[in-house]
This record gives sequence, structure tokens and C-alpha cells, in this order.
Amino acid sequence: MTYVPGSPVAPPAPAIHVTGAAIGFGGRLLFSGLNMVAPGGRTTCLLGPSGVGKSSLLRLIAGLLSGSGRISADDGQPLTGRLAWMGQQDLLLPWATILDNVILGSKLRGEKVGLAHRDRAMALLDAVGLMDRATCRPDALSGGMRQRAALARTLFEDRPVVLMDEPFSALDAITRLDMQDLAARLLTGRTVIMVTHDPLEALRLGHEIRVLSGSPPHLSAPLTPDGETPRPTDQPGLLVQQGKLLHHLRQGGVA
Amino acid sequence: MMGARFVRGMVTLAGLVLAWALLVRLADLPHYILPGPERVALRLVDDWALLARHAGFTAAEIVLGLGLGTLCGGLAALALTASSAARRWLLPLLLASQAIPVFAIAPLLVLWLGYGMASKVAMATLIIFFPVTASFYDGLRRTDPGWLDLARTMGATPWTMLRHVRMPAALPALGSGLRMAAAVAPIGAVVGEWVGASAGLGYLMLHATARVQTDLTFAALFILALLAVGLWLLVDLIVRRALPWLPDSVMNKEETK
Repeated sequence: MTYVPGSPVAPPAPAIHVTGAAIGFGGRLLFSGLNMVAPGGRTTCLLGPSGVGKSSLLRLIAGLLSGSGRISADDGQPLTGRLAWMGQQDLLLPWATILDNVILGSKLRGEKVGLAHRDRAMALLDAVGLMDRATCRPDALSGGMRQRAALARTLFEDRPVVLMDEPFSALDAITRLDMQDLAARLLTGRTVIMVTHDPLEALRLGHEIRVLSGSPPHLSAPLTPDGETPRPTDQPGLLVQQGKLLHHLRQGGVA
Repeated sequence: MMGARFVRGMVTLAGLVLAWALLVRLADLPHYILPGPERVALRLVDDWALLARHAGFTAAEIVLGLGLGTLCGGLAALALTASSAARRWLLPLLLASQAIPVFAIAPLLVLWLGYGMASKVAMATLIIFFPVTASFYDGLRRTDPGWLDLARTMGATPWTMLRHVRMPAALPALGSGLRMAAAVAPIGAVVGEWVGASAGLGYLMLHATARVQTDLTFAALFILALLAVGLWLLVDLIVRRALPWLPDSVMNKEETK
């Protein structure tokens, strides 16, 4: 296995508690009184029909959205500066090389970017298989490669908590499976909250799966599939669960 | 591909010159109303030194005005982006200032800054200032919200966000503003020269017309057109070189033909 700098995470990644979260959107209350715990060092997948507010919940946790409720870590430390964000688009800066995109966070924090930064970024690019593309601009890369570069950038931040908003939804099916394997491997030990609309993705990657649905939206009890992540796609149990989840989602969460 | 485009342009130009020559012949126009192309060409050769001296003067005004206007416009756009106070106090003023035709204040500029180069540079600067400010400010405001979210989670300060994300993202918009500025800059300089000057192509044209040396007017106009086109091409080239990541679908299509 490739050596990934900065991992495993020490000290252990904290669990995240969301208590009494409420978000309004355009004068309408999206949801209120929402409680959730994302266990430390585990991956929690958040499923739900589109428009239900799962992305908003994630943005609330990231501090990108103002709403009410308490977001806290179980180790009592504030979350600010301890989380990394990965969005649906790769959000690579088109004018910067892949390497510069990976170390963007350091530049934005005003750190002096030195050889140590570059070495770590190159090691991460190696881990996602983009070592030879470090000096390319993003427009020279395919969609899958760009999302791998975005993953390297997320890992470069080296934060114990990683929030992902449908990170692989723009990729084709095969590339998506590859990305899931890569992400599961490289994010081991971190507290990951991943929003997705793909039940299969949730079942492959999630230690816990939560469904946000209904009107007003509420969270289902956590579903905990067996086996190590990333789970293989040809497990009969996984496919049965996928069917159940799909049914649950189509029913609007009344199961 | 570039060669084919150049040849096509030359053919069009030759056609126009031919039509011009025919018009003068057939309508039997006196040369002080419309001189034929051969008279203008002769004048270009004979008075080359005179034309070059005045052209140098006008070119200097345009380039200085372009530099100064871009600098002021860029700074104004940054100030508008960085400070809400600037937006509240400066933006209405900036928009209202566009209601005053710059040509109308040309006499004032000459009165204040004299007949020399300064009043023309001020004129060109004023005319360039607005398109540069407007386009750059627009670009700075329209940063992809996804990038801003990402930068926020990375702990960016307003300054590093501006430096590493918003400013580079606004460069294409600034590039459009610069192209527009390059196209209007000669107007500013020449209008300034018409109002009152002792040198420059605008001054030369005014004098030549008054003395019914229409062929000299045309010769000066020809040089002015060359200057304007050359400046635009230069700015376009610089903008293109500076923004290599930008897809240019129009150019690519033209070039594959």
C-alpha cells in the first residue's frame, strides 16, 4: 500500500454531534430540531432525495451556512480549522497547476510554501496516481483525474474531519467505483461525513448510513452494513440492502 | 491558417482601395474633396517625417493613457471589491460620471492642463478608466461561490482569498475591459488634440483640412488607423498570452477552417 503522509490521524478523529439543527431557506424552514452523531474515525453517509436539505446540513456543519443548532466535537475542541471540504465539482483553479492546486490551502492560510509542502503534495499526488501530472493545468486532465486531484487537495489539508458533498456524482460508473476505493483507503481513520444520492455508494463506503427524508425532513436510525469498506459490489447482501434503500427513498422515507 | 487570414484581409483591403480609386475617377471628384489613393500614398511618402513625428506624439499619449487608465481602473475595482464603504460612496459617483460625455469636458482639461501632452493623456485615461473598472469589478464580484466556500473551509483571510482566488478569476473579465479600452483609447487622444494642441495626428488632421490639404488628412487618418489596429492586436496578444488556461472557442473554430 502506498504510504500516505499525515495518516493515520493522531490523535483520534473526534465524533461530531449535531444538536437541534435548523436551517431556513428563502423564508421557508428546511428542517428543524435535527440531531445527529457522526462517530469518530468512521464514515457516515447521508442519503436522501434531492432538495431535502442534506447538502445544507453538511454546509451547516462546515460553517458555510448560518442556521441554528449546536455543532460540536466530542473532544470539546472547536471544529474550526479541523475540517476539510470536498464538493461536487472538483473546484480546481483553472490557472494553477495540479501541484499548486493541491497546496492551495497553505497559500490561503498565508503559510510560506516550501520544499516540505511540495514533497508532501507530491507524495499525495503519487497516492492518487497523478504524480506525472503535477505540472499540468486542470484542463489537461479527464474528469476522473480532476476529482483525484481534488481528493489529493483534500488530503493535503490533513484534517481529522472530512466533509464531502456528492464528491463523485459527476463521474461515470466505473470511475466512480475506482474513486470510492481510493477514497475509502486514503480517508481511513478520519471522521468523514459524505452526502450522496447513490445508495450503492453509501453502502460501499459508509460505516453508518443515515437517510434524511420526509416532510418535515427527519433522519432515520443509522444503518450499519457489515464488512470492511470499501465493500465489494458483488456482495448479495449489499445488493439486497441497496434495493431496500432505494425503495425507502422512493417512498419518501416512510418505511 | 494565420497566413490565409492575412491574405483574405489584404484582398478585402485591396478591393476597397480599388473601389475608392474608381469612385474618384468616375465621379470626377476634385482632390480637395476626396483625393484618390495614389495621391494619399504619395503624401505618405513625401511627408513621412512630419507624419512620423506627429504619430509618435499621439502614440505616446495613447500608451500613457492606456497605462494610467488601466492602473486607476484596476485599483478602483479592487477598492470597490475590498470595501463596502467604497461601494456605497464611490459606485453611484462612478455611474453618474458616465452620464457626462468625456468629450464635453475636453476643453476644460485643455484649460487646466494646457496644450501639451498632459491634457490628452488625461482625456485618454478618463475614457479608459470606466470600461476597465466596470469589467474588472464585475469579474471580481462573480467568483465561483464553490471556490469561495472551499477557500473559507481552508481558513483563507480576505486578502489571501483576493490574491489567490478572486483576482486571478477576474483576469479574463479584466482582459475584455482592456480590449475595449484599447479600442477607445485613440478616440480620447485625438479628441483631446482637436480641442487644442500643438502636435499629434488629430492636430495635423485639423490643420490639413483647414488648409484644404485633404490628402494629408487622409494620410494622417491612415496612420491613426494603423496605430489603433496595431494597439488592439498587441493588447489582444498580451491578454491571450497572460491567460493561457482560457478556452477560446471562437478563435479555435476560425483556425481549424
